[in-house]
Amino acid sequence: MKTLVAFIILWPLAGFLFNGLGRNYWSKKVIAYKATGYIVASFIASIFVFLHVQDHGAVMVHYFDFIHTDSLTIPFDFKVDALSSLFLLVITGVGSLIHLYSTAYMQEESAPHYARYFAYLNLFIFSMLLLVLGDNYIIMFMGWEGVGLCSYLLIGYWFSNGNYNYAAKKAFIMNRIGDLGFLLAIFWLIAKLDTVSYSEVLTAESLAKLSSADITGITLLLFVGAMGKSAQIPLFTWLPDAMAGPTPVSALIHAATMVTAGIYMITRSNILFSHSEITQNIVAIIGISTALLAATIAIKQNDIKKVLAYSTVSQLGYMFLGLGVGAYSGAVFHVITHAFFKALLFLGAGSVIHAMHHEQDIRKMGGLKSKLPITHITFLIGCIAIAGVPPFSGFFSKDEILAAAFEKNKIYWVLGLIGSAMTAFYMFRLYATTFLGKFRGSNEQEAHLHESPLAMTLPLIVLAILSAVGGAIGIPHIMGGHHWLTGQLSSIVSTPHETSLAVSTEWILMGVSVAIAATSLLIALSRYSKQTDEEPSSALGKFFYNKWYIDELYQKAIIEPLNHFALFLKEFIEKKVIDGAVNGTGKLVQFSARKVRLIQNGQAGYYILFMVLGIITLFLIWFNDISILRLIYSLTQS
Amino acid sequence: MPIEYYIFLCLTLFSIGVIGVLTRRNAIIVFMCIELMLNAVNMLLVAFSKMNYGAAQMMSPNTTAGIDAQIFVFFIMVVAAAEVSIGLAIIVMIYRNTHSIDINFLNRLKN
Repeated sequence: MKTLVAFIILWPLAGFLFNGLGRNYWSKKVIAYKATGYIVASFIASIFVFLHVQDHGAVMVHYFDFIHTDSLTIPFDFKVDALSSLFLLVITGVGSLIHLYSTAYMQEESAPHYARYFAYLNLFIFSMLLLVLGDNYIIMFMGWEGVGLCSYLLIGYWFSNGNYNYAAKKAFIMNRIGDLGFLLAIFWLIAKLDTVSYSEVLTAESLAKLSSADITGITLLLFVGAMGKSAQIPLFTWLPDAMAGPTPVSALIHAATMVTAGIYMITRSNILFSHSEITQNIVAIIGISTALLAATIAIKQNDIKKVLAYSTVSQLGYMFLGLGVGAYSGAVFHVITHAFFKALLFLGAGSVIHAMHHEQDIRKMGGLKSKLPITHITFLIGCIAIAGVPPFSGFFSKDEILAAAFEKNKIYWVLGLIGSAMTAFYMFRLYATTFLGKFRGSNEQEAHLHESPLAMTLPLIVLAILSAVGGAIGIPHIMGGHHWLTGQLSSIVSTPHETSLAVSTEWILMGVSVAIAATSLLIALSRYSKQTDEEPSSALGKFFYNKWYIDELYQKAIIEPLNHFALFLKEFIEKKVIDGAVNGTGKLVQFSARKVRLIQNGQAGYYILFMVLGIITLFLIWFNDISILRLIYSLTQS
Repeated sequence: MPIEYYIFLCLTLFSIGVIGVLTRRNAIIVFMCIELMLNAVNMLLVAFSKMNYGAAQMMSPNTTAGIDAQIFVFFIMVVAAAEVSIGLAIIVMIYRNTHSIDINFLNRLKN
């Protein structure tokens, strides 16, 4: 088992080294087979490990001591339990599909760049696996930083474009802000408990050692980390910009896996979070606000990837709402279903972009239904799944979160419902504008429209099937299911969410949410199947279209003051104060040297005079003035 | 005679020496003033040693306290004599080279 777990994580690393070091030697075919093969191998190993965990329970493997001091030992341990084995399957499974897809999508790149792309992608899978496999916060943090790095590298993959580099930097810096919070939380844990292992931190004894202020502080700082990685208010603006990267990257990193790291981390530490009412409320409020804010922006966007990006932010908001109201398994459920349908939607969008020769503006699309039949049908399934129409997967996961929100606080539920109505609306606006109606692009584009090759459609089909039936892992009790996922996570989640709602209430909640989703879905369909959105004219429309002016706000409120401050430091502190002090010392020495030099006039008389003066001074210092006076006095007395 | 008289005399001689060195420009006079300072100090040494001897003799008649300082003075005078011979030789050589023994004229150290 130890070897198998090591292989899961070492295969992607081997792929990274193979493609990264040999990028100038291999042909594209070799690169593609190797990169994809390693991830598939990792996926197969993950299945075995998953089945083993199903039969024998959690597996702990110890490799070596990473840090060893008197008071603190950080072992390099991996822990495969129900939660991490599920994430393993999602990461390597969706990862394999996206690797397969990329082999065709990135075909236009030259071989060295093709290899570089796959090297980064493999390194990403490696880091992500490290993140979920680690048995302590330090290993998680290593993976956490690794995925951030790969995200940066892949957003800036087309590095000759300055804007893309800017987007990459933005993502990295925003993530760093969150990482600082995470790091501080780890330090806090070390200071209080002298350990970072889950098996020691997340126990009743450890909790007894922590005051409630400690728990609130630690969980809030952990949440700051999650905010950065999972794009929550106020650190979400990097995710839409991250769409600068290749589309499969958006699907893998910025939709299915990396951005859910925050949810994984909070679910992992759910024992801590459950003990802090304040943090839970903050998580829920931030989650639902992000969900609504991003949904309003998504309604007005015209870039196919931007809509999906804001949709991702919004869905992540739902997951945090779930975490905040204590429905940890609901949040993980949504992570899994979201990984399926959002990866599907992104890959579908990639297929459309591929067919349209890198056109991303949905106003120039339309009528793609007949030209791209497989993309169309799979994209439609993705839209239905995310909109929450039963029996597709998104319905079950979202409904679970909403039901938990309803129990906790009715306001969360109402807001969540509004958000889910908007989700259905913007997804079907996107679908209708892209696939229905008449083609609005240039004739040249129309002539070149083609369905994507099998390497791209196969992942779409697989993901479409998963999006359609993925909800089966969490069918609620009232529908005759037994909610397999909650059973799975019962060992991880300390206080499993027991629904106390009456069966009829649950049915009503479901009915209401389905009805609302279906209504807004139909409105969007009827409105956008013939026409597109023009530039918004109303004030509110403009406000949403311009993303609430949040980028501008950050620019004005944070970046510009910082730039001014930096300019002040450069122009005043650096040039005047520091340079002034350094140059001033030199000038003072030169000046005084010029003056003192005059004493050396070559006349022996002056030298002797100064010698005598010096001796007198020395005497005065040696026998301080009083004793000299006393001496003179005593001499005159006698 | 009280020791203070010697002290005042020596201080006066020493000060005359210092002022002479500082103000006069004739190298020989300067040299003489240096000798004056040296001998003022010598005299002070002798005076203190004699005082020390006198005080010690009251305690024990056969004391030798203070004798070493008086011997030391002879050494100083010997060294001073040697120094004078060298100094005068230098002054003679300077005079031969520059036809002057004005120390302000000897400002070659400048710059």
